[in-house]
Amino acid sequence: MAFESLGEKLQGIFKKLKGQGKISDKDLKAALREVRVALLEADVNYKVVKDFVNTINERALGQDVLESLTPGQQVIKIVNDELTQLMGGAQSKLEISPKPPTVIMMIGLQGSGKTTSTGKLGRFLKKQGRSPLLVACDIYRPAAIKQLQVLGEQLEIPVFSMGDKTSPVDIAKAALNHATYHGNDLVLLDTAGRLHIDEALMAELSAIKNEVKPTEILLVVDAMTGQDAVNVAEKFNELLNLTGVVLTKLDGDTRGGAALSVKAVTGKPIKFVGMGEKLDALEPFHPERMASRILGMGDVLTLIEKAQENFDSKQAQELQQKLLKAEFTLEDFLTQMQQMKNMGPLDQVMDMIPGMNKAKLKGLEFDEKEFVRFQAVIQSMTKDERRNPHKINGSRRKRIALGSGTKVQDVNRLLKQFEQAQKMMKQLSGMASGKGKKGKLKLPFM
Amino acid sequence: MGFFSKLKDSLKGSFGGEKLSDSLTKTRKGFIDKVFDVFTGRIIDEELFEELEEVLIQGDVGVNTAVDLVEKLRERVKVEKLKEAEQLRKVLVEEIIKIMGDEIPNLDLAKGELNIILVVGVNGVGKTTSIGKLAYKLKAEGKRVILGAGDTFRAGAIDQLQVWGQRAGVDVISHKEGADPAAVVYDAIQAAIARKADILIIDTAGRLHNKINLMEELKKIKRIIDKESVGTLKEVLLALDATTGQNALSQAKIFGQAAGVTGVILTKLDGTAKGGVVIGIKAEYNLSVKLIGVGEKIEDLQEFKPQDFVAALFTEAEDENNEG
Ligand SMILES: Nc1nc2c(ncn2[C@@H]2O[C@H](COP(=O)(O)OP(=O)(O)OP(=O)(O)O)[C@@H](O)[C@H]2O)c(=O)[nH]1
Ligand SMILES: Nc1nc2c(ncn2[C@@H]2O[C@H](COP(=O)(O)OP(=O)(O)O)[C@@H](O)[C@H]2O)c(=O)[nH]1
Ligand SMILES: [Mg+2]
Ligand SMILES: [Mg+2]
Repeated sequence: MAFESLGEKLQGIFKKLKGQGKISDKDLKAALREVRVALLEADVNYKVVKDFVNTINERALGQDVLESLTPGQQVIKIVNDELTQLMGGAQSKLEISPKPPTVIMMIGLQGSGKTTSTGKLGRFLKKQGRSPLLVACDIYRPAAIKQLQVLGEQLEIPVFSMGDKTSPVDIAKAALNHATYHGNDLVLLDTAGRLHIDEALMAELSAIKNEVKPTEILLVVDAMTGQDAVNVAEKFNELLNLTGVVLTKLDGDTRGGAALSVKAVTGKPIKFVGMGEKLDALEPFHPERMASRILGMGDVLTLIEKAQENFDSKQAQELQQKLLKAEFTLEDFLTQMQQMKNMGPLDQVMDMIPGMNKAKLKGLEFDEKEFVRFQAVIQSMTKDERRNPHKINGSRRKRIALGSGTKVQDVNRLLKQFEQAQKMMKQLSGMASGKGKKGKLKLPFM
Repeated sequence: MGFFSKLKDSLKGSFGGEKLSDSLTKTRKGFIDKVFDVFTGRIIDEELFEELEEVLIQGDVGVNTAVDLVEKLRERVKVEKLKEAEQLRKVLVEEIIKIMGDEIPNLDLAKGELNIILVVGVNGVGKTTSIGKLAYKLKAEGKRVILGAGDTFRAGAIDQLQVWGQRAGVDVISHKEGADPAAVVYDAIQAAIARKADILIIDTAGRLHNKINLMEELKKIKRIIDKESVGTLKEVLLALDATTGQNALSQAKIFGQAAGVTGVILTKLDGTAKGGVVIGIKAEYNLSVKLIGVGEKIEDLQEFKPQDFVAALFTEAEDENNEG
């Protein structure tokens, strides 16, 4: 979805203000319109957006935004703060019952990721030294029990099932006894996917709840959900009084506005996010990251963290120094590409950078063959050329191409990408060196 | 309850029979009358346009498409000098149908030869279930159908398809979990040829479209099909969950590029989500919805009727407006 990022749009609106230092009511309205569109494009529910924009408007008016020297930044800061606050609030830890076993019940629409998340949570809790039991309460979907059993095997976590002829209420009850008897201090109930308007199946969930009194009732929501998220969350919450939400499939390219919708209508915290199909792809929820993602401002913090995990920290520091001194060379570029390669799918990484939309990234897609080509090209350059790429003129390009067995176009492409990378790294280093305090992040586009 | 679930209720046990169209017109008419009550007796004013835009956005049509549509309405109101809100209904339906077309799209299948249908999509949208339903439907039409269990990744996925195979009464070609999907596809094609099947439907693992390696895997599957049985891949169907918001555009675009999608299966329309994003998908990528899923049972697969779909976009909008 190649839409301009909100940051770019707001920048456009406020650009003419440079130096002027004042923003008119009209400009604020225009800015809020862009905020509204951005939120709707991100799939935040229509009504939630309406309320939200009203709040922002009031806050913006109530403050000195209009007088401020950087109104654009002010507005986006208010938006970001409000969003973060709306999504944050209560702590996102799992509640553990003082009287074991703790029962966690996973519920949600069909295909939202309940079974996978059950497995992931089981793994997560086992790692914390607990002894979980996974319970197959989905007696409806073909091979649903088998699915959970396979996950249990992979994780070496026991799975309790009674086939698909016993009612889920009875299964849950029996599982509790089983857990008590076998010393499992945690019971994770994987229930069948169901529509919130399916009265019979919704009643089944209430019955399970009444029978086993779960400590946690987690609604599993697909991050790609659209406007309907409010209806779904509202219904499930009304009937079952959720304790939290798991937001899945955030490894996709969705902006994930459903997160805000669900939070807004239930008031319940998002406790975890699913970041992949593998069982270790479960992460705690970070409201501030989600806020910038919904706004299309990129997930800067996740990126930095990811980078920190994968980059050799000494190398990273060196790189940062170089960037600050504008000494980032083609050699560094090569090292960096190598590291990027280890960081996982490049497009996913790129998605997290503010102001980078897919269209702009075309040239940056990671391609093994291209990497080898670039390596050859760089190796055919003189030391001086590597340090000062701007010196590489037409005839030098020809020589380099010849020397590396590539084409002049390859050399051109490399230089172009290098330039892009340079820009990007500047952006990143600016943020990384911005004290490293979370809330303190300087937004790069204003 | 959603429009399609009512439809489904009226349909129970009579898959695709005469009765369907009767009950359908009745239901549809009832809905439209009710929904547009909001507009009757009103004049066309700014508020009305805004309400329409809201209804469209809440149906996941997307803010851009919704704004475009309402803009068209404004123009037509001006040019055609429309005054009554009631007239807007017709005009709006016309404009959406202009995008969607009013024909019921069919699967492009040839008689007397092997037809391969590849089903792709992101995780959990309903690929496997739809394949089970489609196998059942095609078999009922007298076709010889075989299924290929190309999802070798997700736990229990092969078993799931096998259950659907049994329900539909068709054979399923499968390997073990973790096997190379391309190898499954290869075997499935050989089996389909040897058993003189009319139709081979291939299930694939759910994948998010931004994962380049997984999209490459799809291309590989397509290459195998081309190599082993050239010209038989008639349909590449993208399963889309009606609950999905604007990300569906991204799915349509990228799956379209990587897998050459020929049509869409829109699932889970028995819920309260409208799936309005398919309007944008049709407008931007010219992909039509060819089938819709309206439940978890084997008979819960229907053809896509653009007129009904548009009507359903406006159902319940009234209730919601009253609430808010
Ligand atoms: N990419 C990605 N896929 C996920 C994630 N969580 C779950 N999935 C996939 O989504 C699909 C559905 O997941 P399930 O765990 O079977 O979902 P469910 O809610 O139990 O589904 P039903 O029981 O059929 O209602 C599977 O293909 C999973 O592998 C995630 O965080 N990221
Ligand atoms: N209500 C409803 N559920 C559906 C429909 N199609 C599929 N499902 C359910 O959605 C979930 C995921 O479906 P599945 O076929 O496994 O999806 P896949 O991962 O894309 O193969 C399952 O629980 C299905 O029963 C539908 O049209 N309506
Ligand atoms: Mg499940
Ligand atoms: Mg499947």
